[in-house]
Amino acid sequence: MDILFGNLATGFSAAATAANLFYCFVGVFLGTLIGVLPGIGPLATIAMLLPATYKMTDPTSALIMLAGIYYGAQYGGSTTAILVNLPGESSSVVTTLDGYQMARRGRAGPALAIAAIGSFFAGTVATFMIAAFAPPLAEVAFKFGPAEYFSLMVLGLIAAVVLAHGSVVKALAMVVLGLLIGLIGTDVNSGVARFSFDIPELSDGIEFVAVAMGIFGFAEIILNLEQREHREVFTSKVAGLMPSASEFKQSVFPIIRGTALGSFLGILPGGGAVLSSFSAYALEKKLSKTPERFGKGAIEGVAGPEAANNAGAQTSFIPMLTLGIPTNPVMALMVAAMMIHNIQPGPQVMTSNPTLFWGLIASMWVGNLLLVILNLPLIGLWIKLLSVPYRVLFPAILLFCCIGAYSINNNVFDVFMTIPFLVLGYLFKKFDCEPAPLLLGFVLGKLMEEYLRRALTISRGDPTVFFTRPLSATLLVIAAVLLLLVLLPAISKRREEAFQGD
Amino acid sequence: MQIKNYRDFWAGILFMAFGLAFMVFSREYTMGTAAKMGPAYFPTLLGALLTLLGAVISFLGLGKTEKPVHVDPTGWREVSTILLAVIAFAATLPSLGIIVAIIVLIWIAAPASHDFKVRDTLISTVVLLLLSYLVFVKGLELQFPFLPKFLDR
Repeated sequence: MDILFGNLATGFSAAATAANLFYCFVGVFLGTLIGVLPGIGPLATIAMLLPATYKMTDPTSALIMLAGIYYGAQYGGSTTAILVNLPGESSSVVTTLDGYQMARRGRAGPALAIAAIGSFFAGTVATFMIAAFAPPLAEVAFKFGPAEYFSLMVLGLIAAVVLAHGSVVKALAMVVLGLLIGLIGTDVNSGVARFSFDIPELSDGIEFVAVAMGIFGFAEIILNLEQREHREVFTSKVAGLMPSASEFKQSVFPIIRGTALGSFLGILPGGGAVLSSFSAYALEKKLSKTPERFGKGAIEGVAGPEAANNAGAQTSFIPMLTLGIPTNPVMALMVAAMMIHNIQPGPQVMTSNPTLFWGLIASMWVGNLLLVILNLPLIGLWIKLLSVPYRVLFPAILLFCCIGAYSINNNVFDVFMTIPFLVLGYLFKKFDCEPAPLLLGFVLGKLMEEYLRRALTISRGDPTVFFTRPLSATLLVIAAVLLLLVLLPAISKRREEAFQGD
Repeated sequence: MQIKNYRDFWAGILFMAFGLAFMVFSREYTMGTAAKMGPAYFPTLLGALLTLLGAVISFLGLGKTEKPVHVDPTGWREVSTILLAVIAFAATLPSLGIIVAIIVLIWIAAPASHDFKVRDTLISTVVLLLLSYLVFVKGLELQFPFLPKFLDR
């Protein structure tokens, strides 16, 4: 316990420097901004700002800012969900169900307040969770050999598949395609430029940012344009923010349950904010004595998921920080941000860069505090922003993505590279294939090949090495059980229900 | 043979095409053995797996049904406009500079919206030019050609 507080003290002194407080503020401010705006998510924003962090001298500041964007977006997303019935972020889809109904009944203020309070509580708990669980996990990670790392990645990718929306087989195929695309470029062992078709830029591999922008940024814009949205904003209805005593009482336990559920689901590979909010909504509806109120403005349906998505967003940093393995696309970008500053993500970060590690964790709590201030008293500002129509917004998003892609290498090649991924991303959407697993596969492709190669070289080509080493075998068994469970018809039906959310 | 889910069917075909392509292109490289993996080893393995998964997905999309699931119509106008805007940006930036590239991007893309308004687009062009100048050129000091080459000496 003493060590924990000593570590947190290190963290807070790192997070509380003027520069880091400033970057934390910039991060959560941007996060709220893009959270409020539908059609642009934390992924595209972090990808856009990633090249800009080259300029920062202190990697701690860079990570603090990028992390702030991710959890800040969870706050902002709920504002749009409650006031416009559009999810500002995919993690606030379920908040539209009851939050918007509350707004229609003139209770928008309390809904916003409960969302913010729940998120703050969840953020505080999750900060301590990371501080408490990261060190022991990193200890375990030091015992890992190449076989364990390979099996861990298999587990991570399988878990991502299991937790993705829709068809499991399609998600698996997306992961494998992602792995293959990740292999494009020079093979570190033989020096052969694979699948580069004599294009010199391709021998360095495809930039992550180009893939993310094409698939998530541009393809998303096209689909939004096809849909021709109509918005109805309840701007004038936000009278008082204070929830009534009974609304408070109804929210206390959903917030606690949402925090617990979200913290747990965030750690799982493939988990994070989206899954957490969906599951929390399903849980609250199940536990409620009056489930018929859900969908008609039940405050529990706002409190639970909003606490859960914030908790999940934060605890999803645990596997990235301790094992160096990203469990969702946003974490993949965080890994990229660390590599830009020559920090190899993995269990050694905690000991080699303690101020970065603990500073980042402490900044999350600071950021959550800033977010409550940003979101409640300044709610009027965000409402104004919601009146900006999409026709004005999308050229700006398009422009920032293009500039972001260009600035990775100061080369228009990376802008051109987004085009095949735009087309692919669009096709996948039309074919009901969730793109997130592809991105995870893409990040892990070369790493997985490397660990497979090392493990098999040590075992002289004997593939049973993955099953004879106990830790590796355990990881693979968990992966196999997960996959079997989800393929069983009874469970897959329940899974559909959970993702549909009502 | 009937198709009950066109989305699944075509997704499967797409995955099979990718899987086979990676397997074929891998043939240029040495395969090696499990103990001494060559550059072709892992991609060939994954390519085979992807082809198999693609076949399963297409197969699951087959079957008899009253109401087949169709692929939503392609928004050709939206797709082509955004594609064109991105290509135009990338093509103009190196020689004509960032100012021209921004204007070109906005004015090609904006009409893709169903409620495109000239006045709004004019305002947003000015705002975005100013913002890009302050944030990207001054603030982040990103390196790009600023003015067209023939004006810049």
